[in-house]
Amino acid sequence: MTDDAKRSGLSRRSFLRSGAAGALSGGLAAGLLTGDAAGAAAATDAESPDTVGPGPVEIELEVNGATRRLAVEPRVTLLDGLRDRLDVTGPKRVCDRGTCGACTVLEDGRPIYACSRLMIESAGRSITTVEGLGSPDAMHDVQQAFVENDAQQCGYCTPGFVVATAALLARHPAPSEREIEAGLGGNLCRCGTYKGIRAVVEGAGGGGVSGG
Amino acid sequence: MADYSWPEAERRALIGSRPARLDGPVKSTGFAKYPSDQNPSGLLAAKILTCPHAHARIVGIDTSAAEALPGVRVVHVIQGEGSEIQWAGDEIAAVAAVTEEVARDAVRAIQVDYEVLSHFVTEENRDGATDARAAGERAEGDPDAAFATAHRTVERTLGMPQMAHMCLEPHGQVCSWDGDELEVHASTQAVSTLAGQFATELGIPASQVRIRTEYMGGGFGSKFSPDRWGIVGAELARKAGAPVKLFLERDQEVTVAGSRPSAFARIRAAADEQGRLVAWDSDSWGSGGLPGTGQTPLPYVFSRLPNRRLRHTSVPTNLAGSRAWRAPNHPQACFLTMAVLDDLADELGLDPIDFLERNLDLTGRADTYREQLAIAGEMASWKERWQPRGRTREGAVHRGLGVSVHTWGGRGHSSNCDVTVHPDGAVEARIGSQDIGTGTRTIVAQVLAETFGLELNQVRVSLGDNVYPQSGPSGGSSTVGGVTASTRRAAQDALREVLVHVAPRLEAEPEQLVAGGGRVFVDGDSARGMSWREAAAQIGGAPISVQGRNPGPGRLISSGVGGVQIAEVEVDIETGVVQVERMIAVQDCGLIINRRLAESQVYGGLIMGVGYALYEEWIPDPVSGRLLNADMEFYKLAGLVDVGSLEVHMMTGPGYDERGVIGLGEPPVISPGAAISNAVANAIGVRVPYLPLTPDRVLDALAGRGGPA
Repeated sequence: MTDDAKRSGLSRRSFLRSGAAGALSGGLAAGLLTGDAAGAAAATDAESPDTVGPGPVEIELEVNGATRRLAVEPRVTLLDGLRDRLDVTGPKRVCDRGTCGACTVLEDGRPIYACSRLMIESAGRSITTVEGLGSPDAMHDVQQAFVENDAQQCGYCTPGFVVATAALLARHPAPSEREIEAGLGGNLCRCGTYKGIRAVVEGAGGGGVSGG
Repeated sequence: MADYSWPEAERRALIGSRPARLDGPVKSTGFAKYPSDQNPSGLLAAKILTCPHAHARIVGIDTSAAEALPGVRVVHVIQGEGSEIQWAGDEIAAVAAVTEEVARDAVRAIQVDYEVLSHFVTEENRDGATDARAAGERAEGDPDAAFATAHRTVERTLGMPQMAHMCLEPHGQVCSWDGDELEVHASTQAVSTLAGQFATELGIPASQVRIRTEYMGGGFGSKFSPDRWGIVGAELARKAGAPVKLFLERDQEVTVAGSRPSAFARIRAAADEQGRLVAWDSDSWGSGGLPGTGQTPLPYVFSRLPNRRLRHTSVPTNLAGSRAWRAPNHPQACFLTMAVLDDLADELGLDPIDFLERNLDLTGRADTYREQLAIAGEMASWKERWQPRGRTREGAVHRGLGVSVHTWGGRGHSSNCDVTVHPDGAVEARIGSQDIGTGTRTIVAQVLAETFGLELNQVRVSLGDNVYPQSGPSGGSSTVGGVTASTRRAAQDALREVLVHVAPRLEAEPEQLVAGGGRVFVDGDSARGMSWREAAAQIGGAPISVQGRNPGPGRLISSGVGGVQIAEVEVDIETGVVQVERMIAVQDCGLIINRRLAESQVYGGLIMGVGYALYEEWIPDPVSGRLLNADMEFYKLAGLVDVGSLEVHMMTGPGYDERGVIGLGEPPVISPGAAISNAVANAIGVRVPYLPLTPDRVLDALAGRGGPA
């Protein structure tokens, strides 16, 4: 199955529109959900055997390079699944409604709000959180630049900003003002670290910060 | 008595330099574990049921359906039948369950019958208040006579609404019991004082409460107490026999976990022909929710203004009680005062900087402000670019400049710090303080390393735990003075003990020895010395451990600062949209420990200031009594592209450093509302009387003048 097929099989829109029936016949039925999960799903709703949930559904996904298998209810967001089930706590829950960007992660390389995605939608996909970009002893260039430019105070928005910045710079190594607005306008900070974050992004063109 | 002092400027290796914050790498990689990130084994998730009514009495409560849900471990009624609820969002019951989702299900399954009572949530028009409390009148001089003979008088009604702290990490904690010992991972600004508060509520000795806050996601004055949800979290954990995580949902965080009181006032101010302030009369009111609110310090900064009369009315509302918001009362007082003074300058036909300068003797620090106004004016090219109101426009876009001044205390709080020197040369500080994002961990390490002549990575700082010596809550810009003074005293004492052991080896007196560059040597004869490691080995088998305290001897800290800010804005008079183009901050804060972190505090203050000047406000619905914007979509924070160009000038060096360390967290957030409002008035030629400067308010102000020109 192609990556494109995976995407089309589990997009949020198609999931909502079809009640996941389309998803099951596409991505899920192709092995992204285990057979047990499909059976459990069928048992929970006799009238609509293709519907998953409301009970736990077994899924498999890649998180920061490791394959993780777990059973989650369809209502669990990717963010809560990462934080509560997998103890991956870099992504933060702040607004929980797709406004502040503190939960930003990469899904197959694309930045998304983990609070606004169901975890089962990420089945079969590769998730990279801020922890997956680098570690304190081996920081990603963007993480290093956040330290050097003091682009963080309390640090609670930082994981989301770091991931969004890495994604922005991967796409636009020397971003224009409009590209900065598009890439980072969906992240909010309360302490007021935008001066440093802007220095990270604007230093990127000549400062050796690379994305991705 | 031993001497405690900061090193002379030429001897400072780290103090005043720009090292990166030590916890930067763990924060930027997401490896930092905040209280809300703690997931101990067997953890239960807790959620709170809140009251949807602004004023109600609980007639009945039925938790049986919640208790019957699979996965629910404890249902705890906080306010039961008969309780009178005074604000929407107040806590009614709490649930601990195996997952957050089940806990939310259970909260929804609790049935509460309310008798809904009448409420009041809109204090802007105080006439509607049922319980307004006049605080009386204070007068000095003869304001009536002064107004009667004044050259120019302005009268304005101005105000700013309540707004939220909006900490990104919500209030909350993870509570774990081991027998009758409680451990709390709390998102708090008060590691050393929290245990006693938990203990009192829970009926256990404070010695059995451990508080841990390695990192925390913002407080801004709202996180000093365990709060009801802290006690409830501990009770749930005790009943469940399992750790419980209870952090507020975002709507709860916005509604009940912290707001800044509103401030409204009808103000008259007058000046003589020389542009000297001669009279002030203010009738102010405001609310901090149910408790109402006290008077802000009017007239702000120009507090020696003669012939003044002040009245104030506290207006309680059916909203959760306010909390200290970064520089409590000052942003409000600053806006109310500086807007009126700016309007008076316009009335007098004076450049506002000129007007402020003519009245600086009415402030407590005229020399500081005079110097700062000159520097800020220079940075803004004020003399070349400032024009009287409404004269700078390109089509629909008008440009303006505004100025404001502010003050703050910032004296270091009570703090104890243990410094230990080990025989292998390891040096560590333990302090029951907390790093709320300001860089406390880093500055303590700088003071420690500076004192022993070591590199930053050669010392260790442990904080964020109440097993360490008590240090005050981080509030009111009191932390930097407190922790640097206690650390310095302990470090100087510990070093002196080391030097006593080293002196015989170098055939010198201890007083002749200094530490620097990783060595201990005879001052002025660096060849007569030894490495720090060798020096530490002289102390014998046991480490040296010393406690330093603040307050204490020696002039390490002081208080009282001034600041000047200039804002430059563009206002589109067709849409009413205000864009901040540039903010300039000139700030003094005595001896700066870390230039980079100090500047970050000021940038942060400016950015937060742009937020409350342009976007932020609680919007209570008069009909339901609930907030209409208890989220982050309609409660708007400034974003990266909203804040314009930010320029900071720190007053430092000779003349400032001698004052010692003074706090910096509050001052830079005080002036932005006033400076931006004044810039908008300068741009469009009319005062927009209320903050935030939303498009509708701008257009209303323009319409009041006869509509857009």
